[in-house]
Amino acid sequence: MAKLLNLTWVFALLALLAVGGGTAVLPEMQNMTVRHFHWITDTQFRDMYSLGQVAPGPNMTMVLLIGYHVAGLLGALVVGLAFFLPDCVLTLVAHRLWNRWGDSPWRGSIQHGMAPVAIGLMAAGTFAVARLSIFNLTSLLIAAAVFAVLAWRHVNPALLVLGGGFAYALLPHVIHMFPHH
Amino acid sequence: MNEASAVPEAGVVSTASLGAIFYTFLTVGAISFGGGAIAYLREYIVSDAKWLDDDGFLDGLEISQTLPGLNTVNMSVIVGDKLRGIPGAIVAALGLVLPGAAVIMALGIAWGPQAHNPNVRYFLIGVASAAVGLLTTVTLQLGHKQIAKPLDLGIILVTFIAISIVRVPLYVVLLVIGPAAVWLYRPSAHHEGLEERARHLRERLRHRHAMYIRQ
Repeated sequence: MAKLLNLTWVFALLALLAVGGGTAVLPEMQNMTVRHFHWITDTQFRDMYSLGQVAPGPNMTMVLLIGYHVAGLLGALVVGLAFFLPDCVLTLVAHRLWNRWGDSPWRGSIQHGMAPVAIGLMAAGTFAVARLSIFNLTSLLIAAAVFAVLAWRHVNPALLVLGGGFAYALLPHVIHMFPHH
Repeated sequence: MNEASAVPEAGVVSTASLGAIFYTFLTVGAISFGGGAIAYLREYIVSDAKWLDDDGFLDGLEISQTLPGLNTVNMSVIVGDKLRGIPGAIVAALGLVLPGAAVIMALGIAWGPQAHNPNVRYFLIGVASAAVGLLTTVTLQLGHKQIAKPLDLGIILVTFIAISIVRVPLYVVLLVIGPAAVWLYRPSAHHEGLEERARHLRERLRHRHAMYIRQ
């Protein structure tokens, strides 16, 4: 029960802090679930994040796996509600009130001021994933290759992500087929 | 509220049944990968079903991006609310999230016993590495205008260093850097071309999401 309560407040808080989307909140999620509560390890956090990358839909459904790991199916349900419901309610209320604030000059100030903060947070989220995954030349080359392909043309990200997975899993075998000695 | 909903909302072109809303969002939730869901939503809701016009959709996007949370989920709530009020918002959000939730649970349950299988581990490391390339692209696409402006670049760097290097808790960053950044852009600050930048932001929004739409 204590675990379910902790899962609820941690993920509800993360939901409210997710300015700039899911990537922006990744470092804090790692902080809370790995370093503070020790629910999962860094490696499990990375692997759950990767599983989320090969699932369709909104990119943070991986939070369900953290809940599942901590407290089974009920944990997954609790985390799902805690992570998605607060922002849905907030959005519903804000959408209905938005036009009343429509002409406030502060609306532009908030959008202009928060935009670079959100970019900084996304960069920090990217860095958090990099710290967990880029630890040799192969992984660095995979990240660079995906970046280069996307700079060249738009390719379905799902294909690139799957390609990265297969490349990392298969490259050692390919290299061993051509031994140096 | 009833009187307000009797008047058709700006941007709404035609009505939709709850079932049709659910099915549309379920489809988008099932086929979108890697952050392309907004483009699919626009394709289905503006181009195909013609439930909203482009301005109605982009107005919703402006709200959904400003608020905390996942952009696509926020957007589903707004579109659902525009079309059918609170029930519409509920079925839209559920439809969007359910397919991914089912897939991730299946993957997670299958992965559990295989977590130490080297092939599985390597595969997931490769996926995370590829995600770094993807996330870098998305961050630069969203931020390239800001990176070119010294004030914005400063805010980006302070935020990044606070989180990644100093490891300041996120709520502290949002309570300190957030209001400071908004204050730097306060209405009386008279930044040159603030109006023009607002227009740029909208243009970029259009461009960015148009990019993801399959031809």
